[in-house]
Amino acid sequence: MSDPAPARGSGGSARLRRDRSEGIVAGVIAGLAERLGWDVRLLRVLFLVGVVATGGLLLAAYALAWLLIRPAGPRVSGRRIPGGRRGWQLGLGVGLLTMAGLLVFRELGIWWSDAIVWPLVLAVTGATLLWAQSRRSAEAAPAPTPIEDRAPAAAGAGDEAIAQRARFRDLYRGGFGVALVVGAALLFLSQVDALGAARDAAFTAIVAIFALALILAPFIWRLGRNLADERAERIRSQERAEMAAHLHDSVLQTLTLMQKRADDPREVASLARRQERELRGWLAAGRSGPDGGGFSAALRAAAEEVEDAHRVKIEVVTVGDADLGEAPAALVAAVREALVNAAKFAADAGPISVYAEAGPELIEAFVRDRGPGFDPERVPPDRHGVRESIIGRMHRHGGDARIVSVPGSGTEVVLSIGRRS
Amino acid sequence: MSGRASIVIVDDHALFRSGVRSEVEGMVDVVGEAGNVEEAVRVIGAERPDVVLLDVHMPGGGGVEVIRRVAESDPGRRFLALSVSDAAEDVIAVVRAGARGYVTKSISGEELAAAVERVRQGDAVFSPRLAGFVLDAFAGAVPEAEVDPELDQLTIREREVLRMIARGYMYKEVAQQLDISPRTVEAHVSAVLRKLQLSNRHELSRWAAERRLVD
Repeated sequence: MSDPAPARGSGGSARLRRDRSEGIVAGVIAGLAERLGWDVRLLRVLFLVGVVATGGLLLAAYALAWLLIRPAGPRVSGRRIPGGRRGWQLGLGVGLLTMAGLLVFRELGIWWSDAIVWPLVLAVTGATLLWAQSRRSAEAAPAPTPIEDRAPAAAGAGDEAIAQRARFRDLYRGGFGVALVVGAALLFLSQVDALGAARDAAFTAIVAIFALALILAPFIWRLGRNLADERAERIRSQERAEMAAHLHDSVLQTLTLMQKRADDPREVASLARRQERELRGWLAAGRSGPDGGGFSAALRAAAEEVEDAHRVKIEVVTVGDADLGEAPAALVAAVREALVNAAKFAADAGPISVYAEAGPELIEAFVRDRGPGFDPERVPPDRHGVRESIIGRMHRHGGDARIVSVPGSGTEVVLSIGRRS
Repeated sequence: MSGRASIVIVDDHALFRSGVRSEVEGMVDVVGEAGNVEEAVRVIGAERPDVVLLDVHMPGGGGVEVIRRVAESDPGRRFLALSVSDAAEDVIAVVRAGARGYVTKSISGEELAAAVERVRQGDAVFSPRLAGFVLDAFAGAVPEAEVDPELDQLTIREREVLRMIARGYMYKEVAQQLDISPRTVEAHVSAVLRKLQLSNRHELSRWAAERRLVD
């Protein structure tokens, strides 16, 4: 403040300007300090001394200066909330002006009674606060105050918080204004002793107001509750809408498809199975499991692919898990081949079972179907599926594969491989 | 114990109840149905069925609550849990509450009737997936000197039986494969069920909570 005046847009004119960004009430002193090049604090102390010495007359001068001296040009002050102290300043200023005016009248001898001074000052201050507020409310909501040196609109998220604070401030100020006016009225009445006779009535009124407050409190509280409930309900209905959209997109579509394909039982079963899997996946999306990108997840994915491609039902049970290294990946590929075989030859004989166990040393997998079975010794040499893709693959990776098949009671492919081959 | 088993079907979906009823028709006697916990407790108390087919997820506490309420006055009643959910925590919770088995709703009518009969005889019914869960829960690295080794560990034979069930073998096929009698298989499975129900291994519940499998 005692620094040299910062450069102004208007080129540091010699004219006296009120400096609202530095001032406490209206910036008169601050403006004067800047104009004179004095320390603003010194000037304020002098002003207060002057007020006391002149019996308040200087206040009237201040109010007059407020009215007459124009504010300084736009000056950005980052932290100010738009319209922050405007109402208070106005209220206080008008109150002081009133007081000054009264003092002037008193000096001049035009006087009735000292009793009216404080009530009048308080009432005028309160009324000004209310007026300032109601005018601002009447103006457009997003711009709560018309003063020019408003901070450049704080962007985005800040606006909401500022609006919130502005609302709260208005409420607070409104309440304060009402209290001032009411207090002034009571003060006046008591001072002119009009209240003397009516004291009982006043007590009655106060009691009645308290009673009314007690009665209204639950209603107001419930109103708040209702608003909260409404909000929660809105969130819930959004969730419902999301779920409905999902059900429509996937489930209803599938049901429609199934009705169209009603004459093809395997297609229907496959559609239903795929939808079931999708729905389970969707329901599980919120949860997190250890089935990341490991062995058991890969095994499940392979089984699902075969289910989709060959329209069969595969039940997968896994115990333990392992990282998907080279050996486990080879095992998954072999399981996949075994599943394709089972799907080709045993699809109509009930679900195919896959059981995999990842132990500390060994990973084992069992693929079992309930098909007609065959004699492994009599697999033609040109059948690459079994020989190459299953047995050959496992041997190449240092694992083992056995095929146990009894004609009439299904086939089981037993695969095992070391965790590291 | 002769004749057909009497059952009560407890499920909050009427469509599903009638589906089960028609599937097991002629194989078991459906003596009652219930759509919620209150109704279930009342119907089970009135009909005293051999076996209660119990849905896991229901409003008002689910199957676990039904088992708890019925057990207060009638501790011997037998329950077979039936659910669309394969989530480990559901399975473990309802079995530990006292159900003698757990099958998924995709089970066929014949298999369901066989499972009901087995529960009626006092045996346990393990689906492949339940066997997998138990193997996983009781898997390997259990530090010794744990609370009660009798309850906390599976014997080698029990483990073998569970593995066969997990691989998709029926009880009698398990018996054939392991060269033991079907009664012995039943005995092993029941022993595993008892261990599962009585085990106070805290790892069991922690494991079920961690491993939130759905499919």
